[in-house]
Amino acid sequence: MKLDARIPTGPIEDAWDSAKFEMKLVNPANKRRHNLIVVGSGLAGASAAATLGELGYNVKCFCFQDSPRRAHSIAAQGGINAAKNYQNDGDSIYRLFYDTVKGGDFRAREGNVYRLAQNSVHIIDQCVAQGVPFAREYGGSLENRSFGGAQVSRTFYARGQTGQQLLLGAYQALERQVDAGQVTMIPRTEMLDLIVIDGQARGIVARNLITGKLSVHLAEAVILATGGYGNVYYLSTNAKGSNATAIWRAHKRGALFANPCFTQIHPTCIPVSGDYQSKLTLMSESLRNDGRIWVPKQKGDKRRPDQIPEDERDYYLERKYPAFGNLVPRDVASRNAKAVCDEGRGVGETGLGVYLDFADAIQRLGVETIRDSYGNLFDMYQRITDEDPYKVPMRIYPAMHYTMGGLWVDYQLQSTIPGLFVLGEANFSDHGANRLGASALMQGLSDGYFITPYTVGNYLASSKLKDVKASDPAVQAALTATEQGIAKLLSIKGKRTVDSFHRELGKIMWDDCGMSRNAAGLRDAIGRIRALREEFWQNLNVPGSGDDLNQSLEKAGRVADFFELGELICIDALERNESCGGHFREEYQTPEGEAQRDDEHYGYVAAWGYTGPGNKPELTKEPLEFVYVHPSQRSYK
Amino acid sequence: MKLTLSIWRQKNPGSKGKFVSYPVEVPNGEMSVLECLDVLNETLSERGEEPVAFEHDCREGICGTCGFMINGVAHGPMPATTICQLTMRHFKDGEELVMEPWRSRAFPFVKDLVVDRRSFDRIIQSGGYVSVSTGNVPDGNAIPIGKDDADRSMDAAACIGCGACVAACPNGSAALFTGAKIAHLGILPQGKPEQDRRAVQMVAQMNAEGFGSCTNIGECTGVCPKEIPLEAIAKMNHDYLLGAWKERKSVVTAIAPVTGWEFGEK
Ligand SMILES: Cc1cc2nc3c(=O)[nH]c(=O)nc-3n(C[C@H](O)[C@H](O)[C@H](O)COP(=O)(O)OP(=O)(O)OC[C@H]3O[C@@H](n4cnc5c(N)ncnc54)[C@H](O)[C@@H]3O)c2cc1C
Ligand code: FES
Repeated sequence: MKLDARIPTGPIEDAWDSAKFEMKLVNPANKRRHNLIVVGSGLAGASAAATLGELGYNVKCFCFQDSPRRAHSIAAQGGINAAKNYQNDGDSIYRLFYDTVKGGDFRAREGNVYRLAQNSVHIIDQCVAQGVPFAREYGGSLENRSFGGAQVSRTFYARGQTGQQLLLGAYQALERQVDAGQVTMIPRTEMLDLIVIDGQARGIVARNLITGKLSVHLAEAVILATGGYGNVYYLSTNAKGSNATAIWRAHKRGALFANPCFTQIHPTCIPVSGDYQSKLTLMSESLRNDGRIWVPKQKGDKRRPDQIPEDERDYYLERKYPAFGNLVPRDVASRNAKAVCDEGRGVGETGLGVYLDFADAIQRLGVETIRDSYGNLFDMYQRITDEDPYKVPMRIYPAMHYTMGGLWVDYQLQSTIPGLFVLGEANFSDHGANRLGASALMQGLSDGYFITPYTVGNYLASSKLKDVKASDPAVQAALTATEQGIAKLLSIKGKRTVDSFHRELGKIMWDDCGMSRNAAGLRDAIGRIRALREEFWQNLNVPGSGDDLNQSLEKAGRVADFFELGELICIDALERNESCGGHFREEYQTPEGEAQRDDEHYGYVAAWGYTGPGNKPELTKEPLEFVYVHPSQRSYK
Repeated sequence: MKLTLSIWRQKNPGSKGKFVSYPVEVPNGEMSVLECLDVLNETLSERGEEPVAFEHDCREGICGTCGFMINGVAHGPMPATTICQLTMRHFKDGEELVMEPWRSRAFPFVKDLVVDRRSFDRIIQSGGYVSVSTGNVPDGNAIPIGKDDADRSMDAAACIGCGACVAACPNGSAALFTGAKIAHLGILPQGKPEQDRRAVQMVAQMNAEGFGSCTNIGECTGVCPKEIPLEAIAKMNHDYLLGAWKERKSVVTAIAPVTGWEFGEK
């Protein structure tokens, strides 16, 4: 297969404008005759559904929670980037573009990233107009802060609840379209299969989670905005329900999966406290603006932090990376935390933790200023750990957080299945091998508000779409396959619970395909995942039935997909014989222990095709070209 | 630490429910109430019994999915804390925790600790937004908003839509939820043009859903995990009174409440 990313030619500054000009338009009167499906109501899904509704299309929007407002985007804390240069500190669209390409360790497409930076400024305007209460200066103008991987202040925020406020803005726009009759919202309903007819995406099979009933929904195009797959690792900062089922099943219907091994570990999370641990809580990266990260210089130093004098502390990020200090990108911060803990200098009971200390900032700025910026994060930390971060340094440790990989899409955000568009964290598009802070929210909203509304229209206006009925054999086949899949999970009646399998899978992934990876470990992991999957299909126990609310059954279907995706993540990590961004292969590092890229052999997007159960997936490479930002060894020193 | 969980078990709205007691062991005070339920559910599943259905997603106190009563208090005993953020260190050895779902006419029962809160979405649908379409907007800094207004608006916007306010209110009123949205948007210049209509529509929808009336008891703000102030209700009443007068000629129609789960199409 040859991949055509459809990146416009010509100067990058004009590419998106000229692409929009080239696009075919749908006559306004015809829009209401087009039925569209949006799966997902997070930032990407809600913004797309609302905007497509405003344009006059007939939209159905799905989510598995009881309300679209609960999508995982709600949990984003720190902020959203935009190249507004309101601070007059030298920011520009070009700089945001440059930072993002470099931050992604030169594994993202320049064209996509440039467009993202261009759209960033419109996003802020849009959100402000919707009533998103961003932080303000006393004079009434918008306030900014800086975030990891950047030397300018370009992050907009609403206390520590930026994702919540942006999502509520998009959710309200969505509900306005529901009220207008343009969007039908279908909550508590999970997409379980994609319907492909004549090679085009034409609908979905979905299950109502309350009644257990399966239904078929047909459309002219399907838009997936179902979020990331970090929960393959069981413990992550993602919401418990976040899953890969929609994208994985679309993958099995022919959509290529790109760069699955590009996963991001977030450096600042509350450490694990016990075996029952169900998820990990993120402490926003913005804390690194004012907090200083350190560990004792001595191994096994069990003194309380306040008893360790200044000269016996190692502020290792400030020491190793004087230019960026505590604000180095996430992958660098995470790996360094692991390294000092591996040396035996970790803190807390488990030794898997480092200090994030606000004493200096409190002295410099006063408690009130710190409370104003981070109050709710400090409260959250105290609620969980029973320690007061105003007095005692926080303990933090890296955790699985975000997935840069996802379904492959071209410049128009269309997957390898015509008519299937993928937005937000579910696609692989803009972050390369490492995402910079405050740029996922930006990407989700750029995809949903400002890209898909054009590109979906272009697809509809330029494709031949025949009439499809529910009686079509392809529809019935997808429905039957889904029914059988559910019946199978319920019929095993083995001994082990879904969670026990999920935990074990997560541990394999974290140990062998987490912060650092090596060939032997990856090979071993693949073997163990296969064996565990086999046991899953023989020894799983799902209590209850398929015809009412059954949360074990929901989880079982998702974990079954995580097994297959987990294996693909390891295969991809094994195939990529270099280190870049979040993908750190121990065999490939510089003498100082930094990631060693191999642009000559691995300067491509790895797009994997599904070839049937148990078969080796097929790799297609999309070469990456860098015309504007010259690939260099990333340095934050 | 050993505790007893008395949990409301009911398979569906049509069947009869009852409290069932389960002994649990808590290894560590940092464990959350939901993790405690996870462990119980593992045990129940291993015994082949149906696990307790309860809702949750973010487990960080922000999505508003979780929520039930513990010993008669919405979200349990800690102020400003959702159930998912409530750790076991707040309970004593040997204590009994009675857990039951939100009870309100406007939140139809689903299963065990799960209820249907779609009435909240319809209240937002009826007017909880600024009518601005994508693209048709001025520069973000074109409308200056003083820090105090931005902060007050944010205080109200912090609502997570969990429904604790309704569950705690002896009248089953949704005034705090509705008022929070009216205040969030009404304080900002962007929300001003629709201020009157918004209040009138949203209050009409709240009434149509079967929520009770507010009599200023204040239980709602007491249990609110985001501590939305009662001021939000005052703002709602203010905007409503003014709006009802100014909009007295307009026709207000509420959206018909839906309780079924059929979304058409086979
Ligand atoms: C704790 C935390 C903090 C973060 N902080 C920041 C930050 O400060 N800045 C930043 O830029 N990024 C941040 N991120 C990342 C960012 O929040 C996410 O990448 C982004 O919100 C994803 O949005 P989305 O719209 O793609 O997907 P989501 O918000 O995850 O939405 C997925 C939607 O899909 C639906 N869905 C999924 N599967 C199905 C299915 N099979 N059927 C039907 N519906 C389905 C869900 O119901 C949901 O509505 C953070 C992430 C986490 C975990
Ligand atoms: S699970 Fe999200 S608020 Fe409790």
